[in-house]
Formats: sequence, C-alpha cells, structure tokens
Amino acid sequence: MTLTRLSVAFIPLTDAAPLIAAEEMGFAREEGLKLDLVRAPSWSSLRDMLAFGRVEAAHMLAPVPVAMALGIGGVASPISALSVMSVNGTVIGVSNELANKLKANDHDFGFRDAAAAGKALVAATDAPLRIGVPFPFSMHAELLYYWLEASGLPAPQGVSIRTVPPPLMAEALSANEIDAFCVGEPWGSKAVEAGVGALLLPGRAIWSFAPEKVLAVRTPWVAEEPALTGRLMRAVWKAGRWLSAGGEKTTASELLSRASYLDLAPEIIDRGLTGRFLINDRGDMRDDPHFVSFHQGAANFPWKSQAAWIASRIAARLGLDRAVAMDAARSVFRSDLYRRHLGMSGAILPGASEKIEGGIAEGTAVAAENGRLILSENRFFDGRVFDPSPEN
Amino acid sequence: MESKLSIIVVEPDRDRALMIVDSLREAGDNDIHVISEISSLARRIAERSPDIVIVDLTSPTRDMLEELTLATSPLDRPVAVFADKSDDSMTKAAIEAGVSAYVVDDLRPERLQPVMAAAITRFNMFRRMRDELAETKRALEERKLIDRAKGLLMKARGIDEDAAYSLLRKTAMDQGRKISEVAAALVTAADLLS
Repeated sequence: MTLTRLSVAFIPLTDAAPLIAAEEMGFAREEGLKLDLVRAPSWSSLRDMLAFGRVEAAHMLAPVPVAMALGIGGVASPISALSVMSVNGTVIGVSNELANKLKANDHDFGFRDAAAAGKALVAATDAPLRIGVPFPFSMHAELLYYWLEASGLPAPQGVSIRTVPPPLMAEALSANEIDAFCVGEPWGSKAVEAGVGALLLPGRAIWSFAPEKVLAVRTPWVAEEPALTGRLMRAVWKAGRWLSAGGEKTTASELLSRASYLDLAPEIIDRGLTGRFLINDRGDMRDDPHFVSFHQGAANFPWKSQAAWIASRIAARLGLDRAVAMDAARSVFRSDLYRRHLGMSGAILPGASEKIEGGIAEGTAVAAENGRLILSENRFFDGRVFDPSPEN
Repeated sequence: MESKLSIIVVEPDRDRALMIVDSLREAGDNDIHVISEISSLARRIAERSPDIVIVDLTSPTRDMLEELTLATSPLDRPVAVFADKSDDSMTKAAIEAGVSAYVVDDLRPERLQPVMAAAITRFNMFRRMRDELAETKRALEERKLIDRAKGLLMKARGIDEDAAYSLLRKTAMDQGRKISEVAAALVTAADLLS
C-alpha cells in the first residue's frame, strides 16, 4: 500500500505524544498515512509553517487559532481545530527564593488546592509577580490570569506575564528574570531537575478540564482534502486512546525521548505522563493521576464552549466585543468534523456541542448520540461557571 | 528624501550579526541596531519602536517578539510577520532561508523589499554554510565507521583492506542498504560481543 505523506509540525513537549504515537505505533499507517513530523523551534514559527503551507497540520496551543480568528497576533489565516489533542498537562513552578518564602508561611505544597496556593502567593509577594509563559496566546496565560485575578493579584498591577521559550524557562528563573512560570511538561520537571525551582500546582488545579493542545489544519485544506482530514483525525484519535490505556506510559516515554522528538531522558518525560512528580530538589513527591488527558471523558471533543471561553477571556483583556469574539471562536472548534469523521470509529459523541464550562463537580453521565458518555470533572477552582449562551 | 528605516537585528552570535548588518548596509542607508541579549527582549525592542525587526526563524526567542504584536493596542498597530502578505514569493523565500521579520503595518512594500532581499540572501548563505558543515561532519563520521568495520573484517577473516571493503559493499548491495549502515551494524555488533 502506498502511504500518503503528511507533514505535521510539533513542539517538543510531552503532549505532542498523540502525534508521535500515531506515527510510531502504526495508527497513521492503518489510515494509509506517513506522518513527517517536523520539530518547530517556536510557537510562532509553528503557526507560520501551518499558515503558509510548509506543513499540513500542527500540534497547536488551543488559544492560538482562536486569537488568529480574532485577528490578533502576527498572522490571521483561518485555522480549524479538528480535535482537542490533550486536556491539561501544564505545571506551575516557583523560584527557590519564592518557594522558601511560601514554606516559611506554612504553605504545604499540596499540589492540589489552587485557592490555598493563590492565597499563599499573595501573602509572599510585595512587588508585582513576574511569571513566564511559553506564548502570549496560551492556556498557560489564560489560567494564570484567571487564577491570580480571582486570588487578588490582577494584571497588570499585581502580576506581569512574560513570554519565555520553554527550554529557557529554567535559565530565566535562575537569572531572576521571573519569579514563577507556567509551562508544559517536561519543562517544569527540567527546572526541578536543574535545582532552580519547585513545582506549586498542576494547571488542572485552576481549571480541571482546560483544552490544552488542538490538532490544527488550514480551514481551506479541510474543504480540499475531506478524506485526508478524516484519516488524520482518526490516526491521532486512536493514538490518544492508546496513550490513555494503562501500561503504555513507559513505551510512550521511550518514544518521546528519542533525539528527533524531545531528546530528553525518558525518566523526566515519564513524570508528566504518569502524574508522579518530584516537586523540589529535596525529593518531595506529589501525585496527580489526571495531570493530562489524551482520551478520557470525551477529552478530544472540540467543544464550541471551550473556544468561546478562550475568546471571552481574550476579548475582556484586550477590550474587544465579547459576543463577536465568542462567535468567531466557535467556528474554529470543528465539532461538526469531529462528529462526521470520528463517530464511526467509536468516539462517543455528546448530544450537544456546547456545555456550561466549570459545571461538573465529578464524573457525570450526559446524553450522547451513541453509547454512554461520562464527562470528567470540569470545574474552576473558585467554583464559578461559564455559560456560553448568548444571553449571558 | 525619505527618513531612514530603523532596523533591529536580533542575533546573539556576534560574527553573524556583523555579516547581517553589512548586507543590510548595502541595501540602503538604514539605521541598524543589533540586540544580542535576549532578556527582556520585547521591552528593548519596543523602546526603539523600529520599522523592521529581523530574527532567525529557528530561534526560540521569536516567541518573545510575539508580545510586540500586543505591545500597544493590539488592533490599532499590528506588527505583521513576513511583511506584505500579497507578496507570496518573498514570504516563501524568507521561510526557506530562515528569516523572519516583524514589520510595522504601514511600511510600504517597496521600502521593505530591498531589506528583505538582502536578509534573505545573507541567511541563505548561513544555511548553506551550516548544511555544508553538517554534510562534512556526517561524511567524516561515516568514514570513521567504515574504517573501523574494515579493520574488524581484516582481523576476523584475515583479508586485506580492499577485500574487506568489497565485502562491505557487496553486503550493502545485497541488502539494499548503505555501506555506512552495514558498517555501523558490524561495529555495534562487535562492541556488544567484545
């Protein structure tokens, strides 16, 4: 069988795993595809590679295609998010100096309670907190703004969020350019390994069902290549299912650690995949078994309400019309394509394409077109909910 | 007489930076400034409010420049990447060469064009140099491997160098692999057995 080659860009992160597993574990081949995985040096170059046609698809920060649809940032090409590749998977860390202050104030580094960690941070900081994130449009930035604002550190007075490329995060921390960071694994664990910081919270503690990365393609490409779109979506979806099945984590860590992918020791990558973290250089361990989801709880379904949440946050911060922004964002998350191409493969399809974000305290059964769908916990740390319907 | 263009080149490597500046000087009488220190990059650039920022496409620091697109009011004065989007061939050439540029939105294409052309030529030269270096290194590594494999064969089978090389070449042809691959397999196996 001749395989159709597709170029797909990724950033070296643990959550690029579905693309890497799709190629390495034969899920792409099952769909007659050969994925040429291109490691991108930065989020902006990954976006440009996709927008200008150097690659057909990419592993993209969920807020990037939304920002592009709002006409913000360097490039404004129409991009479609075909599916959510991963939910959560980021980690917040602090410098050793800040960690010591938090400890002196009796913070327990429980790695769970965002309200308590927020309160402790406020008590430990006198000057505006400088926090590094990988990109201005990222779930990292959105989670931090949300958390710190609700904790009493609103931007820009209380906090300054800056862009620092993930591989330089540890360096920026030790050079005292930032006090804290929010980054995707394995870069948080790398900072611990380098002895320059301590992990404070998983991003999940702020929003337990935050869409982190999406499978992104150019919108015109979907119309030109409807069959290929479906094949790519299925290959990546099956890889996510494989990753979430028990016992595959060691294999996945080994694959990701290869020189052409993350080029890092598998034991560091393993921490994000299994949710077993070393949080400081004294050897304290914390577990978060749901640190990242590649499949469970309909993790891959691109909810239009997720896109609307991202847009409403960006719009509020930059002074754009909220309703217009939310509408533009909805059309980016392609639940229509998800229904068309993945229903037959066994993906559970929810009855609706929007939901109240933050409204699910624990696993809850909801209406589905096929089979039985249990949605995972979906709540914001402060108990607020986001209702995407127009009248709200 | 139009005012000079203010150009910032972000490049930590001093030699490379100087070569880029030289080419840009040839492209016109512009005001060129190099930033080699990446800490607080966006702030340093914003202070100078340049017309054009040129940065290596493969540098991870590019993401720090994205903040510039939000520096002022995001929709009033966007900073476009890859200049004029209507000029597709220039965009493609820039990506190919590894140049990325941030340009103020109201800069006229005819003012940008010579600067970009100069940068693209220079970056293409860098890329060729890098490719050649990588190729030389690879060839050297392969030579070393083949020499070691030849040595192993000569010792194990009591044959001379030409015969050892012929044997490697024949095996490679039979298996449809490269000589260097066969040599690597032999060297690995020998290391495991010794």
